[in-house]
Amino acid sequence: MSRTTGAAGVVGAAAKGSPRTRSYEVATHWQLMWWKFRRHHMAIVGLSVLGIFLVISLVPEFLAPYRAHTRDLRYAQGPPMGIHFFDSTGTFHARPFVYGWKSERDPVTLRRITTVDESKLYPMQWFVKAEPYKLFKLFDTDIHLFGVEGSKVHLFGTDQIGRDVFSRTIYATRTSLSIGFIGVMIAFVLGLTFGGISGYVGGMMDLVVMRVVEFIRSIPTLPLWLALAAALPRDWSATQVYIAVTVILAMIGWTHLARRVRGKLLALREEDFVLAARLSGCSHVRIIGRHMLPSFMSYLIVDLTISFPYIILAETALSFLGLGMREPAVSWGVLLFSAQNVRSLVLMPWLLIPGLFVIVAVLAFNFVGDGARDAADPYAK
Amino acid sequence: MLRLIGERLISTVILMAAVSVVAFILIQLPPGDFADSYANKKAQGGVVITLEEVDEMRNKLGLDRPLYIQYFDWIGGVLGGDFGFSWEFHRPVSDVIGERLGLTLALAFSTLIFTYLLALPIGIYSAVRQYSIGDHVMTLLGYIGLATPNFMLALILLYVGSELFGLSAGGLFSPEYAEAEWSLARFGDMLAHLWVPVVVLGTAGTAFQMRTMRATLLDEINKMYVIAARAGGISEFKLLMKYPVRMALNPIVSTLGWELTNIISGAPIVALVLSLPDTGPLFLQALLNQDMYLAGAMILIYCVLVVIGTLVSDLLLLWLDPRIRLEGAR
Repeated sequence: MSRTTGAAGVVGAAAKGSPRTRSYEVATHWQLMWWKFRRHHMAIVGLSVLGIFLVISLVPEFLAPYRAHTRDLRYAQGPPMGIHFFDSTGTFHARPFVYGWKSERDPVTLRRITTVDESKLYPMQWFVKAEPYKLFKLFDTDIHLFGVEGSKVHLFGTDQIGRDVFSRTIYATRTSLSIGFIGVMIAFVLGLTFGGISGYVGGMMDLVVMRVVEFIRSIPTLPLWLALAAALPRDWSATQVYIAVTVILAMIGWTHLARRVRGKLLALREEDFVLAARLSGCSHVRIIGRHMLPSFMSYLIVDLTISFPYIILAETALSFLGLGMREPAVSWGVLLFSAQNVRSLVLMPWLLIPGLFVIVAVLAFNFVGDGARDAADPYAK
Repeated sequence: MLRLIGERLISTVILMAAVSVVAFILIQLPPGDFADSYANKKAQGGVVITLEEVDEMRNKLGLDRPLYIQYFDWIGGVLGGDFGFSWEFHRPVSDVIGERLGLTLALAFSTLIFTYLLALPIGIYSAVRQYSIGDHVMTLLGYIGLATPNFMLALILLYVGSELFGLSAGGLFSPEYAEAEWSLARFGDMLAHLWVPVVVLGTAGTAFQMRTMRATLLDEINKMYVIAARAGGISEFKLLMKYPVRMALNPIVSTLGWELTNIISGAPIVALVLSLPDTGPLFLQALLNQDMYLAGAMILIYCVLVVIGTLVSDLLLLWLDPRIRLEGAR
């Protein structure tokens, strides 16, 4: 794929103003790709959503009003609190507030009943001092983005033992996305290595690797994941399980990438510029890394974007079954685990809210993937 | 043509052999064996069990022999229809699975039919009426369908069902039919429950196939041969069905095996959430309890189903597309 030929083909596609028409001919490969990507509105929306998720997973301690395991026993099984601007008498408050609540046990069923106490108003406040934490594991601080003084605020309600679902979802975002990210990275390395060997060395190695890939692709993945995850020792710590789950997910996700790398390498092997590099005495590693890889890097990025949601969905499914991450770790799947049976679901439907995060994240990745797929070859019409 | 099928069959046999090895390795993976977990369970129940007794049990079950002997012992039995003994249920594995496999198969095939019945017409509609409101709505629904985890959809349907309609949650029968004899009413009751797992399992696949159909049909629909046929005066519907749709069926058929893989993959978790009496919950429980022969047999059955599905889709493709057939003959 040459960097200059065919640039004229995209002139009509991305150019809007006349100065842009000139900048096309001098634009780099990645610039052309960005211009093409930008034309996908949904992809841009997806990218913004992913940006928000990234911020959430960087500073969950700051964004969440409480820690993942802090219990508010007085408001256990409490529904999401509404944020109001108008109180019960219809008076407008410039600063939004939450109502207080009363909690008592039903004398007959012994179920806890939480009733809204409209006589007490607690205004929402920015940058509240609450539980201390270490930002980025470095700075001691106790400032949280929002909160109320004198009471608690539970935007998404609380679970069986009074833990704030909003805070837990925020923390879970970090776990789930990082599993996705690390899993994709491992899959990337595996796919690159095996696809590279297969496509560049060829012959017997190619045959073996490709048969293995076909084999993995032809067996149902979830039962395989389940069996592998069930094999993890029960007494492992949360960190060990985290690493193991990530590796398991990556082990099955690399095959697609290996195929792509192999196909591209096979096609490129015969190109003149590779022959030239070989004649100049470049090492194999240099030929692959410096000459061949950059010309199909964009395709690899697309494949990575597309495999991201699969890993997130798989982690959620594993943890939901209790075979992946387990308490005290918090991931989206772990949170959904507590919504597993219908009875708790009918009592506390808000436990499904973390599932919305899963859907939004997967949607965002799919949109970005679609945009990236078109942008991967900016010279096509 | 025959040679092509022959080669395909041989590779299927090899694949199945490999699958059986993997299934066996997987069930050997968990630390400890059934004797250990049995002893643990007994110990938790307050029953004293000595090391000698554990060893004796291991010896009796043949767990102390080398792995490859255990494997050949197992696979030999499997070929003869004997999947071993489920220690958890104290019954032969083939019996335990046998009474539940029917439902799993029924579910998988209903889902497959549901998927294609829904996906193909919608895909065709979306392509022919590109950028219409219907197309946009379907595309949006497709995206959401692909992004929603199966079990999440099952939970939502359960919740909606029990909150809004007061339906009995999950299961395959209403309470009044659960223990009843087979009758038309009971069958009807089952159908009324069966659609939930079918919809849950089929949504992602439908969304995917719909998009595939739309994309390939859009590629075909503007080609010269379509224009030529239209110029020849053929009716629009006949034209569509006879030429571009037939071309666009290729990728659909070739992903049939893959689609079946997805359905089989998703089935256990959905069955667990909906508490269906099929093989899904059985499989999960067997994995957790290290009921080795049961878990192994399940993995084997799931894999074989998929391998057969892929074979069928390959043969279908041969039958459907003369170009592939002729290429093989050369």
